[in-house]
Formats: sequence, C-alpha cells, structure tokens
Amino acid sequence: MDTAIKKSATPDALLTGRLQKFFRWESFLILIVVLVCVMNSYLSPYFLDPWNLSDATFNFTEKALIALPMAMLIIAKEIDISVAAIISLSSTLMGLVAQMGAPVYAVAFVGILAGAACGLFNGVLVTHFKIPSIVVTIGTMSLFRGISYILLGDQVVRDYPDGFEFFGQGYVYWVFSFELVLFAFFALVFYWLLHRTTFGRYTYAIGNNPTASYYSGIKVDKHRLILFTLVGVMSGVASVLLTSRLGSTRPSIAMGWELSIITMVVLGGVSILGGSGTIAGVVLAVILMGLVTFGMGLLNIPGIVMTIIVGVMLITVVSLPVLITMYKTSLKRKEAKAL
Amino acid sequence: MLKRFVYSREGVLSIIVLVMFFGVGVISPDFISLSNSISIFNDTSILIMLALGQMLVILTRCIDLSVAANVAFTGMFVAMVNQYFPEISMVLLILLSLLIGALLGAINGLFVWLLKVPSIVITLGTMSIYRGATFLLSDGAWVNSHQMSESFIALPRFEILSMPVLGWMAVVVIILAFWAMKFSVWGRNFYSAGGNPMAAFYSGVNVGKVQFYAFLVSGTLSGLCGYLWVSRFAVAYVDVANGFELQVIAACVIGGVSIVGGLGTVVGCVIGALFIGVVNNALPIIGVSPFWQMAISGLVIIIAVIANASSDKDKARIILRKPDKSIDSAQPQSH
Repeated sequence: MDTAIKKSATPDALLTGRLQKFFRWESFLILIVVLVCVMNSYLSPYFLDPWNLSDATFNFTEKALIALPMAMLIIAKEIDISVAAIISLSSTLMGLVAQMGAPVYAVAFVGILAGAACGLFNGVLVTHFKIPSIVVTIGTMSLFRGISYILLGDQVVRDYPDGFEFFGQGYVYWVFSFELVLFAFFALVFYWLLHRTTFGRYTYAIGNNPTASYYSGIKVDKHRLILFTLVGVMSGVASVLLTSRLGSTRPSIAMGWELSIITMVVLGGVSILGGSGTIAGVVLAVILMGLVTFGMGLLNIPGIVMTIIVGVMLITVVSLPVLITMYKTSLKRKEAKAL
Repeated sequence: MLKRFVYSREGVLSIIVLVMFFGVGVISPDFISLSNSISIFNDTSILIMLALGQMLVILTRCIDLSVAANVAFTGMFVAMVNQYFPEISMVLLILLSLLIGALLGAINGLFVWLLKVPSIVITLGTMSIYRGATFLLSDGAWVNSHQMSESFIALPRFEILSMPVLGWMAVVVIILAFWAMKFSVWGRNFYSAGGNPMAAFYSGVNVGKVQFYAFLVSGTLSGLCGYLWVSRFAVAYVDVANGFELQVIAACVIGGVSIVGGLGTVVGCVIGALFIGVVNNALPIIGVSPFWQMAISGLVIIIAVIANASSDKDKARIILRKPDKSIDSAQPQSH
C-alpha cells in the first residue's frame, strides 16, 4: 500500500526499522496460527495426532498450489478468477484421455498441458486485446467450465489408470503425503522466484506502476503473459492432484474454489491493488485457513458456517489496516492541534 | 437519430439480438409469437433488474459479487416469514424484501464508502457470509410451495394485459432507471464518479457516497428479486441463484457497460440481459443441449469485451470533437 511506502521513507520510521520488522503482517499471522493451534488442541484431544494433521492438509494443498502463482499475479495488479474452471476443464480432458487408455504419466501431462493452454489463453486476451483481467477471466470462467459441460454433460469419468491415485492419495514418507511435499517444494520455488530473482522484482515493479515499468524497459505484457500461464500450469497441477484424490471427474469439480484461493492470497497480506505481498505470508495464510477449517471440522461445525468465518476473516483482514491508519492519522491530527 | 442508434453499440447489439430471435423463428415459428416473446421477457425480468443494479455499481468503478447471495438470503427470509405468518399482507412482505436487500447492500456500500476497501474483496467476503447466513437462518431446510401462502406464489404470476406482474415490475424498473440515469443529477453522478473520480470530487460530488448509493440500489433490487425468485420457482433453499452474479455481470458486459467505470447505458444493459435470455430460451428449440449454454455465454462475454475494447480505441480520437457537436445540437432545442 502506498501509505507503507511513504512511512518507510520518513526518518522516524528508519529508527524503528527493527521494531517495524517485528510488527509485520507475517508475524501477526504466526501469532494467530499459534493461537488457533493452542485453542484447537484444547478444544479437541484428536487435534495433535500426526495422522489427523496429515489428513487435514489434503483440504488445502491443492488450493494452496494455485494460491502461490495467484499471489504473484495479484502483486502484478492482475487477477484470475477462472482457476476453478481451468481445474474442471483440465480434469475433464484428463478423464477423456484416460478413457482412451493412456498411461499414468500421459494423463498427468495432458492435465498440466491443458492448464497451461488455458492460462496462456487468458494471458493473450489480457495482453493482446488490453481487456481488464477480471472481465476476461469472468468470461473464460464460463467458457472453460462450459466446455467441460459440453464434453461430459451429466457423465462421470472414473476409469483412471492404476497408479494414478498416487498423486492425490500417496505418501512420500511417514505422514508426509505427496501433495504436502509437492506444496512445500513449490512454496520454495515461488519464494525463490518472487524474492530472489529479477523476475520477482519486475513483478513488484509492474504492480506498483505498470507505466513506469514499461518505460524502464520491462516487457510488461510478456511478463503478464508468463504469470497467467504460470497460474494455468499450477491449476493444471492442482487438477491432477484433485482428480487423483477424488478418483473421478465431473464438470462441477472444484466449484467456487476461486474464492477461497483469492481469500488465501489476500489473507496472506497481498494487497488486492497490487504491488505488495510475500510468499511467506501466503503460506502462513494457507496453514491458518487449513487449521481453522480442520479445527471446526473436529468440532462438527458444518462447512457452510466455515464459509461465513472465512468471509468475516477476509473482510476483517482488509479493513483492519485501514482502520488502524485512520486511527493513527486522527491521533496525529490531534497532536498537531495541541501544538 | 435513428441512424445514430443503429451505429451505436446498443444498436448493433439489438440488431444481433433481433437477428437471433427471428433466426430461431424461421426454424420454429412459435418462438416469435407474441405470447412466447412475452414469456422470454418475463423469464429475463429478474436478470434485467439485477443487471441494472449491477450497472450502477460498475459505473462507479466497483463490482458487486454478493447479489446472488443477497437474492438467496432475502428470498429465504421472506419465504420463512410467509411460512410462519401467512396472514401478513404481500405489500408488507415486498417492503420487507426491499428493506433487507437494501440493508445487505448498504453493508457492502459502507465498507467501500467509509473504509475505501476494494469492493471486489468486500463483496467476495459478504457473498460467502450472506450465503452462509441463509444456511443459518433456514438450518439447511427448504421452504416448499405447499408451505407458502397462495398470494405469495400468485402475485408475480398475476397477468395484466397478458403480461405477468413479474414482467411489469421489470418494465417499471427499466423506466425508472432510464429516467434517473438520463435526467436526474443523482443518476448522472454515477457517470461522473466513475468516469473521472478526481474531476467529480473537485466538482463537489462525494464519490464514496455515490458508490454507497450504487450498492444500496443494487442491494435493494436484489432484495426484490429475492422474493420474486423464490415465488416464481415456488421454492426457497440455500443454493438459490448460486453463481447467478456472473450472469448478471455478463449481461452488463455484453450490454457495453465498461468494467473500468463511467460508461454504460440502461438500454444497453437491458439488451445485454435480453441477449442472454434469448440464447437460453432458444437453445432447446434449435436442438442444442442445454449443456452448451455456459460455454456460449462465456464465449459471448469474451467476444463482447473484445468488440468493446476495440471500439474504445476510437473514443480517444473523437473525445475532443464530440462535446462541440452535442452543444450545437442541444442549443436549437432549448430555444
């Protein structure tokens, strides 16, 4: 946010730099994660069982895999709300290929390739025709899922080859599932990409000021195209995992996921206006949402009530910083008047 | 005047809708009969009303994703009031639906106005909150037609001049919207707040307040549609109108409402909604599986925005000349 930039430029902010580092959004998230852990283990004796915790990770790893590139896309001032539809289309195509008797890796490859193609399509529409990404992806959201409905209708595909179930149900070591390990791997990859490469710095630059970035020689459109394709690829990966975990494909698969994915990203401290946010924040938000969902599941709270809580969390998270700044400025005004 | 309309975005769109309409009529003459035309309009009424509310929101550079959840909540609320207190008059119930809808819309609007939080985040949140609240309210149970009073179900079906009240309500909303957006300062403010917020601010328009009004109107119309939806389908449940917000936004986008704000007309918006209505009604007649519906509306949205984007490019060039012309044509009329 622009207020944060202004603040870090003032001298008194430099003095309290170390303190400010401590009062980051990420530290706040860690605090809440710890609180939720303590509360959950107090409320339910089953919470701290390693296998239970491992089961709980299945609820969010697929969404989290998409949240990582989505965070980069939102930092670059774009958004993709067609991700759930990409999952559906890629899952449908995997199902059709599997029905033709394709081997395991071919099926997975088709899924990821389909995701990449969908992402590229979004990217081309946004960059070539200069249409706001939200409109493009509202359209492609209907288009992609619509194609799934055309291809499958009310059918269900269940004939996946033997061994395909490993992606979504297999374990790599002890309680660590393949999904969880894959998420950890990609979290590191995206951390490196966003915080340790010029590609990542360009993403922030574009999010803060696309025009200035363009005039400084960043290939803004190409960058956006890559980000959209990246979101598509990861949606394809998530689709492989989800299809493998469920063992079946329907056109209505992953309905409404785009909302929880965007919630994860915003909860992780990524500004919806672009230009700021970290992968660490997103990972913490993912863990937080997973724990809250899991804890409430243990307490037998129905899923739809959880959506209320997620909604309240989302609104609180975006409103709280604004309220705090408003409070601070009103204090400063009072001080100025007193002088 | 006519020539200008034909070349305008609305003109092109309405020609496309008419060609589609009569094209299907060639295959099946019943499709273009008066009674079927009325029933298509009646079918699209709810979409038209919601799209007009959404247009105000989009004009002010915001978006309201919570409309469908608002429809579900208000619909469930009035259905349950009707179930437990069947003696309450319909006038009161409709007022109640308007009030609840307005309240839910005002919550969105207040966040956007006072806290300046991006509307997409707020309405994304309230969307799941309102939907969840519908579940809490009903405990997951359905309100079925036999639990509703007779007048509750009959009202939108009551025919005046062979068109049901539901259709007439849409007509009233269209006329009110047309008048307000064309001739009232209140309506013009939506355009100025979205077209250039800075300029609007300096000319004394409270942009935040205008955005609040947009959400208020969108919410109020959603409330009304909540009752109409539940009554029309004679059933209320948690998943009513699930995902309908996208069709509403689609209607606006097809109708030429620019998502970056400040651009869009009532006529365009209505034709955009009718486009979706005609497609939905025509598919079964020309023998296309209803499973095609979703992909077609997606494709249409994409084509419409690409067309809008390329016509916007010409705008930059005529922007300097256009005002002079309108002054010239306006002056003789005022004398």
